[in-house]
Amino acid sequence: MIDKASDGATPGSERAYRSFYWRYMVEPYLYLTPALVLIGGVMMFPLIIGISYSFQSIELLRPFNTGWIGLDNYLDLWSDRKFWLALENTFWWTFLSISFQFTLGLGLAMLLNTHFYGKRLFQTLVFLPWAVPTFLSALTWSWLFNPVIGPLPHWMAGLGILSEPYNILGDPDLALWGPIVANIWFGIPFFAITLLAALQSIPSELYEAAAIDGASPWQSFTKITLPFLAPMIAITVMLRTIWIANFADLIFVMTGGGPANSTQIVSSYIFTTAFRKLDFGYASAIAVALLVLLMMYAVFLLWLRKKLVKV
Amino acid sequence: MMHQSFFTRSFLHIGKYAALSFYLVFALFPLFWLLKIAVTPDQLMFSEGTRLWPSLMTIENFSIVVLQTDFVAYFGNSLIVSLGTALVTTVIAAATGYAFSRFDFGGKRIIVALMLITQMFPLLMIIAPIYKIIASVGLLNSLTSLIIVYTAFNIPFASFLMQSFFDAIPRELEEAAMVDGCTRFAALRKIIFPLTLPGLGATLGFVFTAAWSELLFALMLISKNETMTFPVGLLTFVSKFSVDWGQMMAAGVLALIPSCFFFIFIQRYLVQGLTAGAVKG
Repeated sequence: MIDKASDGATPGSERAYRSFYWRYMVEPYLYLTPALVLIGGVMMFPLIIGISYSFQSIELLRPFNTGWIGLDNYLDLWSDRKFWLALENTFWWTFLSISFQFTLGLGLAMLLNTHFYGKRLFQTLVFLPWAVPTFLSALTWSWLFNPVIGPLPHWMAGLGILSEPYNILGDPDLALWGPIVANIWFGIPFFAITLLAALQSIPSELYEAAAIDGASPWQSFTKITLPFLAPMIAITVMLRTIWIANFADLIFVMTGGGPANSTQIVSSYIFTTAFRKLDFGYASAIAVALLVLLMMYAVFLLWLRKKLVKV
Repeated sequence: MMHQSFFTRSFLHIGKYAALSFYLVFALFPLFWLLKIAVTPDQLMFSEGTRLWPSLMTIENFSIVVLQTDFVAYFGNSLIVSLGTALVTTVIAAATGYAFSRFDFGGKRIIVALMLITQMFPLLMIIAPIYKIIASVGLLNSLTSLIIVYTAFNIPFASFLMQSFFDAIPRELEEAAMVDGCTRFAALRKIIFPLTLPGLGATLGFVFTAAWSELLFALMLISKNETMTFPVGLLTFVSKFSVDWGQMMAAGVLALIPSCFFFIFIQRYLVQGLTAGAVKG
């Protein structure tokens, strides 16, 4: 790092300058070009077009009504009650999903970090949900929740949790729990895999030393395990939060946003607006709002992480 | 610990195995139910809905799916798309991850920020523009278009993953080789490449499973039967006049096979590789 800067500063040394230029501006881009071209062409360029849609009226049902309309879509959004409801649902959907996924994933990772008989097979089996196509897991879970042919309502009624086997996915107060449970099931392996990797990198001498000093298991968990896991936790929680907030597939297949919009999250609302109402301009405005919120969240977390790591 | 009583120890022991069984049942129960529905004959589908195992078993659903529908073709298409995406993405992401790990260069922060942003917006937002672009270059209904699109979607995460693997390999290794007269690329190929094999395996696996289950873009970009991928094919069971659950679930069970195999194959590298990455982080 340092020699590079001094290379460039050496007077008269043109060769060194060229090699600095080569290493700083040219060589890295030889490795980066394919990725940049693809991301630029398939994601960034369409994103800019998509953002421009949000300032236009593009309704396939009213083709003569297209054109630039400035901030109208955003003004509509501000007074759209469904959007605020969807935003609230997005918060609960993301918060509950990630809390359970993280807690259960951490528990699984800690179990997998101990020794027991048949561990390899066990690990393979509990990681399987991550490999199941989303569409398929959504169908399976809606089948499981079905009051006529699915087992869960019957068993819950049998255990006295429900008064009778009725349709949880049809109850506005409970419906969101259906997709959340499916999401927890699907997402535990991600946290288990990443946290297990981080756990295995903690030197075992630390625990031995702590045990000799008479630390309780709880103390060594909070004083050794958690601080060591913190960087991995920060990055995985951030990425997963963003992914889950955008993840409408489960909800779309299981409840379609209903009943009465009680499970409509922002990203499923975008889908409904774009493909049911065919209003692409408004859908883009909602998407831009979500993007801005998530960017604020990411910046906040990165700032928090920087602060914590320094201390 | 020495001073723990026999009671405490056996209590902990029981607790641990109870927790292990909870995870196992939770993970496998839905998959078990999927299999159960697939082997249940149609006439028992509703009457024995809540039984743990049907009183009669059939493999009819499987044979119909394999012999009388286009499933084998969908399967082949999905395999081509997923393998193609996994290979191309891994190569490109390895190059990108290497550049992130080994170079300090102009514009690095901007590029990293852009890659983070690509993770933040709903992909729904860019469906219409992508459709227009793909249509204008005449790639609609081709598997190539899916490989290109999926590759782009997966590059950011795969690059960050690969970067963490490269970060774990000491720079001195390739620097020594470069002092000895190797070019950087030769050092990368001969010295670094063998060391990142677990990382490459993990990335391949992540991307393969992601591409295998992608539905939305496959639905938008493909409308011809010959190039349909497997998740779109699954939907054809719904869009007929009624949902054919037995056949759909049978097809679902078959769809699980490749991604599970792939996953089992790579997961060993996954933890091992990520561990290597975490040592430094």
